[in-house]
Amino acid sequence: MGKNKVIVNKDYCKGCGICVSVCPVKILKIGEDFKVEVENEEKCIGCGMCELYCPDFAIIVKKGITV
Amino acid sequence: MYTEISLDNLRVKKLPHIWCAGCGNGIVLSAILRAIERSKIDKDKIVFVSGIGCAGRSSGYVNFNTLHTLHGRPLAFATGIKLANPDLQVIVATGDGDLAAIGGNHFIHAAKRNIDLSVIVFNNFVYGMTGGQLSPTTPEDSFTTTTPYGHIEEPMNISYLAIAAGATYVARETIGNPLMLEKYILNGLLHKGFSLIEAVSSCVTEFGRRNNLGDPAEYVKFLKDKSIPFSKVNSVESHDGIVVGEFVNIEKPEFVTSYYELVKKVAK
Repeated sequence: MGKNKVIVNKDYCKGCGICVSVCPVKILKIGEDFKVEVENEEKCIGCGMCELYCPDFAIIVKKGITV
Repeated sequence: MYTEISLDNLRVKKLPHIWCAGCGNGIVLSAILRAIERSKIDKDKIVFVSGIGCAGRSSGYVNFNTLHTLHGRPLAFATGIKLANPDLQVIVATGDGDLAAIGGNHFIHAAKRNIDLSVIVFNNFVYGMTGGQLSPTTPEDSFTTTTPYGHIEEPMNISYLAIAAGATYVARETIGNPLMLEKYILNGLLHKGFSLIEAVSSCVTEFGRRNNLGDPAEYVKFLKDKSIPFSKVNSVESHDGIVVGEFVNIEKPEFVTSYYELVKKVAK
């Protein structure tokens, strides 16, 4: 399985924390600047829940290419 | 995946949008954009009409032909657009105060006429933009700035009203389930006739704060937990929570088609 990439656009993010609560593998957190940060990106399963629930169009999940 | 589809259909230089952190309107708007993308409607033929209020701001962000109209009148303008050029796909984004309060009669008559419009109501139970006054859909016993001791009226059920008035596609879904919301909006777009999708949204700043609904994440979870499937209760209304599902999906003569047939007949 290829690696998934989670891109957070900090200009759009308002730090509401909805994505943090819906992520099934809990790899998102609110950072010190009150915006979303990704830790352990390699654990991402690419489900896209954070994108679905993000009200600010701030998260993009790029699915890795499966080999 | 999903956000890229939304961003393709947005006026990106207008972002970030005006809505508060955690506002459910963004989730509804992204569901609308994904539904439009999936419906494969020609985007030059789409007219996105909205009224006044938080939900009304959405027309400023979408990259179609847009019209930001008077308070409560998006359906009146949309009726005019559809009748003038029936080839256009008219989508109306409106709020609960916009549609059910000041625009109540436009709503009833558009539904009665069964004109081919797709109406998406952002129902957040409150007038968010003006400071959290009560709206027609504010639930009983909830607190707003104008009901500081609790609301004593029963809320208006927008979907029920639409069914009674004669809408031919009516569905309701909360922001707790964006994929189903997207599906219902897509069905509404493809439906010939008046379709109303009631998207139960959140207002964290004005409603959630006064009613102890917690932070945005808890609010979304609250709406999801309060949802009751239509198949379970077989009624549009329930005192235990928010009934969600596809309530009505029927075929009836459509107004614009009937109108142009009449014009042809009389002109002979």
